[in-house]
Amino acid sequence: MKRIHLLGGVAIAVSALVGQAAWAEKDKSIESIEEYRQALKDGNPAELFQASGEELWKTPAGPKNASLERCDLGLGAGVVKGAYAQLPRYFKDTNKVQDMESRVLTCMETLQGIDTKEYVQAPFDTPKKNDLNALATYISGESSGVPIKVSLAHPKERQMYNLGKRLFYYEGGPHDFACATCHSQEGVRIRLQELPYLPSAKGAGSAWSTWPAYRVSAGQMWSMQWRLADCFRQQRFPEPIYTSEATIALSMFIAATGNGAVMDTPGIKR
Amino acid sequence: MKQTFVFSLVALTLVVAATPGHSADNSWGSGADDKTFDAMLQSGFKDRGIATVDRLKQDSTQKFCSDPVSAASPKMEKMRKKIEAENLASVKWPSDGKWLGDWKEGEKVAQSGKGLTWSDKADQVNGGNCYNCHQISPKEIAFGTIGPSLYNYGKIRGNSEEVLRTTWAKIFNAKSSNACSNMPRGGHMGIITEKQIQDVMALLLDPQSPVNQ
Ligand code: HEC
Ligand code: HEC
Repeated sequence: MKRIHLLGGVAIAVSALVGQAAWAEKDKSIESIEEYRQALKDGNPAELFQASGEELWKTPAGPKNASLERCDLGLGAGVVKGAYAQLPRYFKDTNKVQDMESRVLTCMETLQGIDTKEYVQAPFDTPKKNDLNALATYISGESSGVPIKVSLAHPKERQMYNLGKRLFYYEGGPHDFACATCHSQEGVRIRLQELPYLPSAKGAGSAWSTWPAYRVSAGQMWSMQWRLADCFRQQRFPEPIYTSEATIALSMFIAATGNGAVMDTPGIKR
Repeated sequence: MKQTFVFSLVALTLVVAATPGHSADNSWGSGADDKTFDAMLQSGFKDRGIATVDRLKQDSTQKFCSDPVSAASPKMEKMRKKIEAENLASVKWPSDGKWLGDWKEGEKVAQSGKGLTWSDKADQVNGGNCYNCHQISPKEIAFGTIGPSLYNYGKIRGNSEEVLRTTWAKIFNAKSSNACSNMPRGGHMGIITEKQIQDVMALLLDPQSPVNQ
């Protein structure tokens, strides 16, 4: 607890500095954000979530009093190392393309006998979602250093990619926004926040390889599901349902486009 | 409406079939796997606050612009012109005949990015989001770059009737001059009020505004 508090203090100090940087010259401010990011890398608060995620993974729970250690994340039951780098992927047992988070929910149901409805419905930043975010941090951390290798071999994987691409360009709502409005040009920003050009290998690779990430300004650990939900909020869209096909399709589009980039998780962000 | 819709589908299909290199990749846009895509939208979202699922329904402009390769192709020139004309026809000109309001109020509208997300309230004052995408007053250096710089906007263009009209039309309905503009249709979609448009007009065009110093 004490440690978390200390880190909170760091977070506030950094966001204050980043705020000030807004008034400095443009390139300089982006440079200094980069510096803080580097400075924080040594003590990424995400490590705390990694540790609690590992504990959640290994501790028996649910009506079946089982741990998640036998969960098949795609590389065989119990293999966590490198699994995140190959997700989303098609799973035969569910006959679905799943991302890491939807797959963990499946394992909670089958191995632990947990009804996951409440986990799906819980708002972000409440205990149930925080557990899932901790698990996401642990699992993704076990792929750090591993190149992204998402398969498009199965017809359902290709279909998911195409659906994700179509949703990426799907314009709607009062602001006529699509993901593409903000993420489809090289080198642009909103205010001072740089926007990755997601349809390119470079943009998608740098984005996909650095989530889940600890968000310094919010003092929160965000998974990709949370990242996407907040972009949909800014897009003025209704709320995406956690682990819905729409969110998995977008993830499939970004992850497969980013193939080859090396996972650097957990990330740390503004 | 319905006619536009049918026409755009036919036109899209034609382009996809006729453009070499594009035909190999007709696997994802409008016309490909429509039922699955619609089902995915239906099952993927829920109402939250003011951001309800009916926002997923597209008007004909949004639909056309959701396949950027097709929308930007030379074959679609006529369609783009048609969409621009439709959007221009929807522009409401200032009811009191006044083009310019108060640039100081306009600065506040340009600064604010608030409004219409699921964490906003229906009765709050929305912002114009302008600094998210544009450089405007030189005093604000935290500006985005999705749109062009508007610094010295009035100083460069003057404020002839023509400039006043085109600028009003752009802010009221950005798609009136560029079918698939990335800029929101501020007045058309009810994001900002007539008074707010008059105020940002002043920010861009009033000789006293810091934009034109
Ligand atoms: C109105 C603007 C806007 C829209 C629309 C938008 N985003 Fe974003 N997105 C942002 C901003 C701003 C950031 C960076 C946030 C930050 O730095 O805190 C971001 C960050 C991201 C990131 C993380 C990138 C990284 O390298 O860390 C991903 C992935 C992403 N968005 C995907 C999407 C997807 C998918 C959609 C559509 C569902 C979308 N965005 C729609 C503004 C937007
Ligand atoms: C999400 C991005 C975005 C937002 C928000 C936005 N714009 Fe734009 N704007 C653009 C883009 C992109 C263009 C250039 C393409 C075009 O003309 O459609 C543009 C063009 C313009 C132009 C025409 C510039 C020229 O030289 O012809 C004006 C004037 C303008 N914007 C004013 C505003 C004002 C005022 C606001 C806020 C009420 C605003 N914009 C909000 C993206 C945006």
